[in-house]
Amino acid sequence: MAKELLKGNVAFAEAAVRYGLQAYFGYPITPQSEALEHLSGRMIEEGRVFLQAESEVAAINMVYGAASTGVRVMTSTSGPGFSLMEEGFSYIAGSEVPVVAINMMRGGPGLGNIQPSQADYFLMTKSAGHGDFRPIVLAPSSIQEIIDMVGLAFELAEKYRTLVFIAGDGSIGQMMESAELPPMQPLRQERPEWATIGAAGRDPNYITSLYLGAKKLEAVNIRLQKKLAEIKENEVRWQEYETEDADLLLVAYGTVGRICISVMREARKQGLKVGLLRPQTLWPFPEQRIHELAKEVRGILVAEMNAGQMLEDVERAVRSPVPVHFHGRMGGVFPMVDEILADVKTLDEETR
Amino acid sequence: MTVDVKIPEEMELVYEYPESMTKVSTHYCPGCPHGIVHRLIAEVIDELGIREKTIGVAPVGCSVLAYYYFNMDFVEASHGRAPAMATGIKRTNPDKFVFTYQGDGDLAAIGTAEIIHAANRGELLSTVFINNAIYGMTGGQMAPTTLPGMVTTSTPTGRDCAVAGYPIRMSEILAKTEGAVYVTREQTTDLASIRKTKKAIKRAFMAQLAGLGFSCVEVLTTCATNWNMDPLEAMQWAKENMAGYFPLGTYKMTDEVKALKVK
Repeated sequence: MAKELLKGNVAFAEAAVRYGLQAYFGYPITPQSEALEHLSGRMIEEGRVFLQAESEVAAINMVYGAASTGVRVMTSTSGPGFSLMEEGFSYIAGSEVPVVAINMMRGGPGLGNIQPSQADYFLMTKSAGHGDFRPIVLAPSSIQEIIDMVGLAFELAEKYRTLVFIAGDGSIGQMMESAELPPMQPLRQERPEWATIGAAGRDPNYITSLYLGAKKLEAVNIRLQKKLAEIKENEVRWQEYETEDADLLLVAYGTVGRICISVMREARKQGLKVGLLRPQTLWPFPEQRIHELAKEVRGILVAEMNAGQMLEDVERAVRSPVPVHFHGRMGGVFPMVDEILADVKTLDEETR
Repeated sequence: MTVDVKIPEEMELVYEYPESMTKVSTHYCPGCPHGIVHRLIAEVIDELGIREKTIGVAPVGCSVLAYYYFNMDFVEASHGRAPAMATGIKRTNPDKFVFTYQGDGDLAAIGTAEIIHAANRGELLSTVFINNAIYGMTGGQMAPTTLPGMVTTSTPTGRDCAVAGYPIRMSEILAKTEGAVYVTREQTTDLASIRKTKKAIKRAFMAQLAGLGFSCVEVLTTCATNWNMDPLEAMQWAKENMAGYFPLGTYKMTDEVKALKVK
């Protein structure tokens, strides 16, 4: 298919339609409402299900209901809405139904603002709801990448019967780039054997996350953890840029990952051998690779649009005397190339 | 525990376990009307022949384990969210039959937004709303439908409306939505009212099957354990006190719903 100039929110919404999205339930919230608007037209055009819910609380529960019947279903939101959906995410994870949700992160905490941020990293990777579970978290840094990740998200959600998030910093949703959409895929006709679609000619199916006995619930949790271990083993993804000869390492994701490509190039022009590792999955996190790279560099600089969240995962992965520095901006302020570069130079000086 | 008995040929079987109920003992307290209403729903589903295409949505409350007692596909919603979950199920599976079973905390406290909006959208769903004016599962706290002056574990000196507000009348509220086609309030305090409740549930379910809109059957029930009465006392107390504040009757019935032939 030909490349077109697309706005991020429209791109991921249309990609979902092409990848066979059967139902969308959502609520308007800046900076992702264009996705809901786009789907309100396209889903109806394609004869699929669209509903603007009365709240994010309702939306995620509609998603949960649809997912329990085995249809391909998705929602999208931003920080304040994500917080409201957390209860639903926990139930979804506990009941093991496949769900994809996109978070276009904005400034927080609280009402914050509508500027882009990466301030929901902890929320998405570590505490997307009460109880022990980890969603898969994909982190695009371009319009093409978010399009591709929508397809990947559905696949992974269904393969593992789990929750998959796409973590967009708000700029991904708002910016426009040329990218290629996939061709229209036919809708799946069959439903999984666990789906609650009526007990015709079989024993009833139940979709629940309630297991009252302690040993029973522990057994369920052990099974969930085994599943997570399998995901950790097989689904971690990242990109490296010029790490072969690097003696300083940048770690950044999303839009900041892109900014850091420029930081790296500029640093190299100025004689510093800087490399970049850009995680594409925030969970599972590329901790093994970062641990290995840490042995080959003098120092690491993590750049994020938050107060230092992925920073903690990098520090944990490093587990060695190599210093890990941090460059963070908050509230929607973008870190600029020259500002990050200044911190790269500081890291260089302090680790010689 | 149930006992399978062989029926002698010369005898006619006139009463048996509905196919839509599973043959297990329930965990409900002695005298709990959940047992009554579960059975009414199961009989209606059998009579309508829809067991194999039904998906029930269980609430959070004493009936959180309802899915153990119904022999059909069931999902467990979070507290108050059953109408939203049911909306997701029905809209993606319009040929199936979907009902929610909810208590007073579930529907009238935490789930008020979800039930009003589902009714307002005219979702093709049926809700059975069990109102016993108290929170049973969590040990007897005040419910949004607790009567003025009623003693509960969170209103130890009796519900003071100046502090805790007034009991909420959900049937009256739901009846005002455009999308609701049948809203009625019944009770299960004696045989006659139990029969009426069954008929109301059947009409509500038929309204969904006929594609007419949203229906809700509110059933005034008891909670002997948390009302601190014995089961018969509780039934008597309900008969004398509940309907005074929550008047029985049909609050909304469109002509199409009225025209349904409910046997």
